[in-house]
Amino acid sequence: MDTIIKAIVFLPLIGFLIAGLFGTSIGAKASEYVTSGLMLIALALSWYVFFDVALGEQEMIKVSVLRWIQSGSFDVEWGFRVDTLTAVMFVVVNTVSTLVHIYSIGYMHHDPHRPRFFAYLSLFTFAMLMLITSDNLVQMFFGWEGVGLASYLLIGFWYKKPSANAAAIKAFIVNRVGDFGFSLGIFLVFVLFGSVNFETIFAAAQTYLPAEGAAAGEAVVTLFGMHLEKADAITAACLLLFMGAMGKSAQFLLHTWLPDAMEGPTPVSALIHAATMVTAGVFLVARMSPLFELSPDALTVVTIIGAITAFFAATVGLVQNDIKRVIAYSTCSQLGYMFVALGVGAYGAAIFHLFTHAFFKALLFLGAGSVIHAVDGEQDMRYMGGLRPHIKVTYWMMFIGTIALTGVGIPGVIGTAGFYSKDAIIESTFASHSAVSGFAFALLVIAALFTSFYSWRLTFMTFHGKPRASSDVMHHVHESPQVMLVPLYILGIGALAAGYFFHDHFFGEGYAEFWKGALFTSAENEILHEYHHVPLWVKWSPFCAMALGLFTAWYMYIRRPELPKYLAEQHRGLYQFLLNKWYFDELYDLLFVRSAKWLGTFLWKEGDGRVIDGYGPNGVAARVLNVTDRVVRLQTGYLYHYAFAMLIGIAALVTWMMFRSSF
Amino acid sequence: MTDWPVLSAVTFMPLVGVLLLLLTREDSAYGRRNILNVSLLTTIFTLAVSVYIWYQFDASNPGFQMIEKHEWLGTGISYHLGVDGISVLFVVLSAFLMPFCVLASWLTIEKRLKAYMIAFLVLETFMIGVFVSLDIVLFYVFFEAGLIPMFIIIGVWGGKDRVYASYKFFLYTLLGSVLMLLAIMAMYWQAGTTDIPQLIAYNFPRQMQTWLWLAFFASFAVKMPMWPVHTWLPDAHVQAPTAGSVILAGILLKLGGYGFLRFSLPMFPLASDYFAPFVFTLSIVAIIYTSLVAMMQTDIKKLIAYSSVAHMGYVTMGIFAANTQGVQGAIFQMLSHGIVSGALFLCVGVVYDRLHTREIVAYGGLVNNMPKYAVAFMVFTMANVGLPGTSGFVGEVLTLVGAFRANTWVALFATSGVILSAAYALWLYRRVIFGALEKESLKALLDLSPREKAILYPLVILTIFFGVYPAPIFDATAASVDLLVNNYSAALQAAQNVALSVQ
Repeated sequence: MDTIIKAIVFLPLIGFLIAGLFGTSIGAKASEYVTSGLMLIALALSWYVFFDVALGEQEMIKVSVLRWIQSGSFDVEWGFRVDTLTAVMFVVVNTVSTLVHIYSIGYMHHDPHRPRFFAYLSLFTFAMLMLITSDNLVQMFFGWEGVGLASYLLIGFWYKKPSANAAAIKAFIVNRVGDFGFSLGIFLVFVLFGSVNFETIFAAAQTYLPAEGAAAGEAVVTLFGMHLEKADAITAACLLLFMGAMGKSAQFLLHTWLPDAMEGPTPVSALIHAATMVTAGVFLVARMSPLFELSPDALTVVTIIGAITAFFAATVGLVQNDIKRVIAYSTCSQLGYMFVALGVGAYGAAIFHLFTHAFFKALLFLGAGSVIHAVDGEQDMRYMGGLRPHIKVTYWMMFIGTIALTGVGIPGVIGTAGFYSKDAIIESTFASHSAVSGFAFALLVIAALFTSFYSWRLTFMTFHGKPRASSDVMHHVHESPQVMLVPLYILGIGALAAGYFFHDHFFGEGYAEFWKGALFTSAENEILHEYHHVPLWVKWSPFCAMALGLFTAWYMYIRRPELPKYLAEQHRGLYQFLLNKWYFDELYDLLFVRSAKWLGTFLWKEGDGRVIDGYGPNGVAARVLNVTDRVVRLQTGYLYHYAFAMLIGIAALVTWMMFRSSF
Repeated sequence: MTDWPVLSAVTFMPLVGVLLLLLTREDSAYGRRNILNVSLLTTIFTLAVSVYIWYQFDASNPGFQMIEKHEWLGTGISYHLGVDGISVLFVVLSAFLMPFCVLASWLTIEKRLKAYMIAFLVLETFMIGVFVSLDIVLFYVFFEAGLIPMFIIIGVWGGKDRVYASYKFFLYTLLGSVLMLLAIMAMYWQAGTTDIPQLIAYNFPRQMQTWLWLAFFASFAVKMPMWPVHTWLPDAHVQAPTAGSVILAGILLKLGGYGFLRFSLPMFPLASDYFAPFVFTLSIVAIIYTSLVAMMQTDIKKLIAYSSVAHMGYVTMGIFAANTQGVQGAIFQMLSHGIVSGALFLCVGVVYDRLHTREIVAYGGLVNNMPKYAVAFMVFTMANVGLPGTSGFVGEVLTLVGAFRANTWVALFATSGVILSAAYALWLYRRVIFGALEKESLKALLDLSPREKAILYPLVILTIFFGVYPAPIFDATAASVDLLVNNYSAALQAAQNVALSVQ
């Protein structure tokens, strides 16, 4: 089993090295086949591990690989920890990654830099696998930054485009802001538990807090001037770690990079910015559930941020015109759902949604890629429309993705993947005892309405109505080749059926047997049972929101297509506010980018130039010149001048000696 | 083999090369080749000996090893050499970077090649001498003597403002050194010895520690360089020839950090503890301030020079955190920075040799015709940013852990450096490497030549190797660092006990 795990993680690395180092010599075709072939092997092994670990009896597996950083008690090694949570992520990451590799063979057909592209995809997969298999926080951080690097490289893949370069840097730096918190979180965990290894932390966490009713202990750590006792220290650590999660998962305030990341090739958006990397934050919180469970305050923050993100991103998604950006905001919003689930303690529901979302969102993105491929690179939906007859297969695949995303299904009977996972989240939110459950529930239901609206809007604007593209483009519209369609079929099956088959395991009867303790829930956490017993109207509310959104979209884009324009003009302020994404980019540009640049210039010219150099070396040099000038003037060459100076000197010396001896 | 004076050998081997160089003539292409070959072979042999020292080094022994001691001048000053876990790797680093410097100068130095190579080899002797000296006067001699060849290298083979830069460099560092000399004399009068192991064992009175600490600090802070005495560095780097920059960033900046570890911390523990908040403040200012300044630079070399100052901020912070992670992280950061910043300057040299400008705006889109160069530059940029998996990360994270244990505020501000470093490094990379290839002057540039590959590829490999498997370095340093940290806390504890018993 050890070898299998190592193979899963390192095969993509080997693919990266082959395509990256020898890509130009072995050629594009060979690079594609090698990387995709290695991914296929890794995929098969991942499903094997999934059946063995998650569905079978296999206990958690630990594999040591190599020593890494050892300094005193800070002892980290490269190692793998595979439990059900990792096994689920194995399946998600490798399935989507393999399909995206294959799909890219068709999609990137004309690109001259295919070896580099496939190398990056495999590098990303490797880093993501390192992240999810890690058995300590530092290796996780390695994967965390590694996926950030791959994302940076892939967003900027078309390096000739200035917008792509800007987006790549923005993604990296905004993520670094999150990582700033993540690093501090790691340091704090190290100080509190004396280790960064999960095994030690989780074992210590169970008995870490003083028993209920016992006196609050004394301060264990002084953090930024605050003396924190144990419970508060845990809250602080969780919040700092969550800051990392916010960056990676594009949560409210640190979300600005994700829509811009759509500058990358579309398969990249499907793999990194929808299905896998952006869910790393969710994975982190789920992985650290033994700590988060100890801190209700931290969980409340997670819930609030998640709910706001779900709502905020959905509002922005309503009015975007770029097909990929709509889906990007949808991703952002769905990640918000996952965080709400984590925040209310329904970790299983969060991972379940992560699992189903990977299928239908990758499907939507790859479908959008197929559309873009068909209309010759156009991404603006205002220049699409009426594409359905020309690209039927893509249409139906997108249709499946949409019904899965909007959560079509009949409560209590059957539904798409998104139906099971999203309803589980909404119901758990209502059922939870969190102080903000009502608030979160309301925002999630509204977000569900918006989700339905923008998803159908996308479908209607793209596929229905009259063609708005030029006749030249319409003439060339063509269905994608099989190498791109087959991945869509597979994801389509997942988007339809993954919910039905797995909901019992992830968040139902088979919970304990499936997770085997990989997700920790404290004794008071009864959410798994309580969410079944919510009132009927709660169960039906997401359904109603979905139906209402569908109807509105149909009315506005099929029945009366002139209505949206009229509404936009009527509510100009609101429309601009949403279209410009609540003006976050402008605000951040002013607050951080420009002020940092101004400060940098100021410190350089004024601080270094005028103050330090001016009063330091240059000033001293100038004084020295002055003094030597005068000395030169003193040196007149007349003997009696020198004699006089000597006399004065001797007199001074004698005076000084007399005074000194008198003391 | 044990009584073979291996440290003297590694120290003075470059001087043998100098002797051979004196016999060569420079007037023909043949002579030029001789000079280069002699220099390269000398540095490679020295590297081989230094690696042998690392191999022979007993990592479990925290004390000094391979000791050589001879009376000198009959004054109590002795020729005393030895290495411990803190210094041994710096010897290797010094010897390691030299062959790259020779290779980097292969074509670019057109005038006075012989004198240039002699200056470098003499410099190598002095640098290695600093790290192996166990007598404080000997240390001082090597420490100061190193200034002269560097001064000459910048002043003779530098850019157009070389004279200003070399004087600035010389005056700044000399000013600090004078104070250090006074401190050394005071220590001799107090302790009656100039022997470093004895001085470490000696307990200086608290009051005196303060003054001595400040005097040493003046010298080391300039060398480091710490904010606000850092302004000589950007000028020196910009004007220095490529190989000069490599040595400056790779080794000379480490003398300050080494000095803190060898003198300030073990000899003046009370003063170090007392001044730690002061050093923390300067370190944080260095990290944030110089990162911001680096972002706005228009000259590639200046940008990297400023980023060096920021990285040295992590080193001083780690050292004065005075716990295992902080000190080991600082040592690792210095070694890693020696490789990475050296490599970055070599990268700048590659394009400077082609275009003879360091202005960022003159570049753009190099990835189109120099993909191999782009990859190497990317690896070093990421190491500079501290990406996990490169050697830059290991030192950075450990110094931050150390600082977090000492004072969380310090760690908070210092960690913000990871955001800023990403900003300036990636922005530089984007402006130089990415984009369309539009400038006419760039279109004819060729990718790395075999010589340049031989320079950059080994550094790429080492950067990644030590990022993934830093254990060899930690193994070598662990015992000595533990001893240092334990002695340090014992000294503080003892002083506290005394203070309590007095009350």
